[in-house]
Amino acid sequence: MKYLCLAYGDQKKMEKLTKEQFAELFARCQAFDAEMRATGQYLQGESLEWDCVTLRPNGAKPIVSDGPFVETKEKVGGLVVIEARDLNDAIRVASLHPAARVGAELGWAIEIRPIGTCHQ
Amino acid sequence: MPTRDANDALILRERLDVLWRAESRRVLATLIRLLGDFDLAEEALAAAFVTALETWPDTGEPAHPRAWLVSTGRHKALDLLRTRTRLDASLGRLVERLDRAGEPREFDEIEDDRLCLVFACCHPVLAREAQVALTLREVCGLTTEEIARALLCGAPTIAQRIVRAKARLREERVTYQVPSRAELPARLDAVLSVIYLVFNEGYLASSGPDLVRVDLSSEAIRLARVVVELCPEPEAEGLLALLLLHDARRASRSGSDGELVLIEDQDRGSWNRAQIAEGGQRVARAISSRRFGAYTLQAAIAAVHAEAPDAAATDWEEIVALYDLLLVAAPSPVVELNRAMAVAEHEGLERGLAIVENLLARGELANYHLAHAARADLCRRLGRRADARASYVRALELARGEPERRLLQRRMSELD
Repeated sequence: MKYLCLAYGDQKKMEKLTKEQFAELFARCQAFDAEMRATGQYLQGESLEWDCVTLRPNGAKPIVSDGPFVETKEKVGGLVVIEARDLNDAIRVASLHPAARVGAELGWAIEIRPIGTCHQ
Repeated sequence: MPTRDANDALILRERLDVLWRAESRRVLATLIRLLGDFDLAEEALAAAFVTALETWPDTGEPAHPRAWLVSTGRHKALDLLRTRTRLDASLGRLVERLDRAGEPREFDEIEDDRLCLVFACCHPVLAREAQVALTLREVCGLTTEEIARALLCGAPTIAQRIVRAKARLREERVTYQVPSRAELPARLDAVLSVIYLVFNEGYLASSGPDLVRVDLSSEAIRLARVVVELCPEPEAEGLLALLLLHDARRASRSGSDGELVLIEDQDRGSWNRAQIAEGGQRVARAISSRRFGAYTLQAAIAAVHAEAPDAAATDWEEIVALYDLLLVAAPSPVVELNRAMAVAEHEGLERGLAIVENLLARGELANYHLAHAARADLCRRLGRRADARASYVRALELARGEPERRLLQRRMSELD
């Protein structure tokens, strides 16, 4: 089964990091990142830019607004798709993600969502 | 057209699924012993299967896949720990110790390892619901999602329960070993309670509308077989017998419309005779040990029912005698109620009714729908229609299950 892991962070706090601080954080993340990839259960991962637009249905032409759908301090800053046997296995693999290990002071957290069950 | 490689990969994936179901619990149990850590063992197990997927296309499947998985898992765990030592120096000593311990010995300890895992998952530091969830996942190999569906919970609830249970075992430094002789009765009791609960969960659910639910009754029987095989205590055998005997009658317990069918009305031709025979043999063996308890006695009662060619031929004298023993082993008002119904068949309806009414007057069963249903049935058969009706009404007020309610309603309508 596939699971989507959404990595959250506080945009304002992260933007305040100096170049040096960011480089140091990045280095710390890499060891975890490497371990997560080494599980063989890591399928895909991307980091996301903060800027975004949201579309809402409005007849023939959707309404376009700038900014995220839900206005919160913490925003999705990255996503990873993993292959896991079940939710606890997904928790085990996602526990290796940097957002589950470091960055608590930057509002980092990771949300796990099963992929592929159709909404009825 | 799929390429040959793609096809081979598919076949290998299927083969690994089969291996996972057949061997992953044993491999996990052994890795826990070798590594001394549940989480690390799970990581090692997953890594071993991933490695199999990557390397077996070139090397072919090893002659002894289980041994290969254990050995590969152990190496993977050491690699993991070495990587982590860079982040956490305190792990260095653990790596050294594991490395010194060398390759695992022959795999004759594997069956013991499984038993250690059962005892750990049912450890008394865990709440019963945590024991159930952990046992179903780690010992039976069900997925979190399957357990959630079977227990009618959300998967995140079960996942969290399992994560916390493991953390608790770690905090309490629970060791993975078979309990000492002195501890064994109490610890085995907890294991048997978990198995019985899992069985009942499945047994009661089998009348429900949800066909996708995992067959927990079969899981419980499989688990009981493992325990009996590894820890041949009479009560374990008694419990297995009880489950086999109940399960043998499963198909006849409800009618085509889902209505509950009581034992006297069940189609005995549909009972699973092989299972009844095995249950009977196991009960006899447990009884002859003279160290049996409540499960064995309940199994013995179920065996008397199951072995009667028809309801009228039931040996009620034997059943009353077994209930007398059960009242000593595990006294409870519900056992007294069941004994009263056996007395009604053996010594007469009036005698049984007197005991039931006395029990109701004592108050402990005043809100138990089956006590009122029992009185109602006895009064109905004695022709005391007004008393019967009053008790059916009370039973209907208290009963929750839909099939049970329908049966009560039908019985009440037969009074007119």
